[in-house]
Amino acid sequence: MIKRIFILLALLGLVLMFLPFLKDFDFHQELGDLSSQYVEGSINDLNSQNVVTSVIVTYRGLDTLGEVTVLFLATAGVGFLLRKKKTSLRSRRSSELLQTGSQFLFVLIILTGVYIFTHGHLTPGGGFQGGVLITTAFLLLILADINLKFNHSILLFVESFSGVFYVIIGLFGILLIGMNSFLDPAILPLGNFGKLLSAGAIPLIYSIIGLKVGSELTTIIDKMGGE
Amino acid sequence: MISIIIIVLGIIMILAAFLAIRLKNLLSAIISAGVISLLASVIYLLLAAPDVAMTEAAIGSGLTTIIFIFTLKKIRKGDLDD
Amino acid sequence: MIFSLILGFLLLIIGIYGMLTQKNLIKIVIGFSIVDTGTHIIIVSIGYLRGKTAPIIDSSVDIKNAVNAVVDPIPSALVLTAIVIGLAVTALMLSFIIKLYQKNRSLSVDDYQELKW
Repeated sequence: MIKRIFILLALLGLVLMFLPFLKDFDFHQELGDLSSQYVEGSINDLNSQNVVTSVIVTYRGLDTLGEVTVLFLATAGVGFLLRKKKTSLRSRRSSELLQTGSQFLFVLIILTGVYIFTHGHLTPGGGFQGGVLITTAFLLLILADINLKFNHSILLFVESFSGVFYVIIGLFGILLIGMNSFLDPAILPLGNFGKLLSAGAIPLIYSIIGLKVGSELTTIIDKMGGE
Repeated sequence: MISIIIIVLGIIMILAAFLAIRLKNLLSAIISAGVISLLASVIYLLLAAPDVAMTEAAIGSGLTTIIFIFTLKKIRKGDLDD
Repeated sequence: MIFSLILGFLLLIIGIYGMLTQKNLIKIVIGFSIVDTGTHIIIVSIGYLRGKTAPIIDSSVDIKNAVNAVVDPIPSALVLTAIVIGLAVTALMLSFIIKLYQKNRSLSVDDYQELKW
């Protein structure tokens, strides 16, 4: 009983905390200074159509590096907690139709994922979305084929080398441009606005993020769903 | 027009949230939580954030639901092993 | 958009209510994911500007006047990374639950009274 009263009090306090925020909330009609700078900089300096991509990869690039690190730590935690025990492999084959169909779809889903993260600077989407799509392709294989064995060394290789390359591309910025240019995309030619090979290193960095996210999440799915 | 769609989706989402918390059957609760994420991705699209909508549709309603179901499967399997 | 702001707050409150009242560990994680969704909706609706389009400068947006035609890109970028982190944290919590269950054969919080396990 007393616990219920405390829970009600806590929720009431939360509502009282939010009410003034809702009542006095004034919606802006125009972008703030920082956002306008980002939109203009994305058009004039970076040649990138998708402003969200340029914010994630360039203006907030260091945050994204930290975020990928958090993802890596969480994956390491999951892998540590769910270590594989030596169990007898249950061999229950799925039907021929399911196996063939899922292998056909697997290639198409991977292709869509690669399309999404290479076109991250032109259309909605990017490394995170493309990486998640690649993970869903592997999820399809896990669900459809019960006797699936991943090549874990390739997964490990992609995961570690994409992380290393991300930092190396950032360091190239310092080497080629200047002290304050970690993760600057201008190390490659900026190209024409709206073309695939434009926006400097942004497609390269976002592809690396896509591979990194895809391999991390595939490891999580494999650890949690594997027999 | 956008406000009407958001109100309708919001009512469904709040009902699904109550169901996700109150339902005794864990599988139904997990599916209700997935419904919340799926409708949230439609709301992001209406709020002019297509990047977030793509991420939420793939992660929130796809992978999160699957991870919950995998956990449930592992726990049920542990029960059978005894 | 005021309605999506209210919706976000309601989802947040429902999620916290679930986390406080439920005994089942998986139910607590479900409450956490509802709180996650609510927070993301709040952040995205703060960045929304009425009648403006998505921050992608393609042929439908005038490049010269792009600043006055698009919504705020920063909340979108923040929420994008937050969703991915939310998935990883949820996976970590669920693997802790699997470990706890293998140890004690129970999903109820009441069975985990001791601090050391």
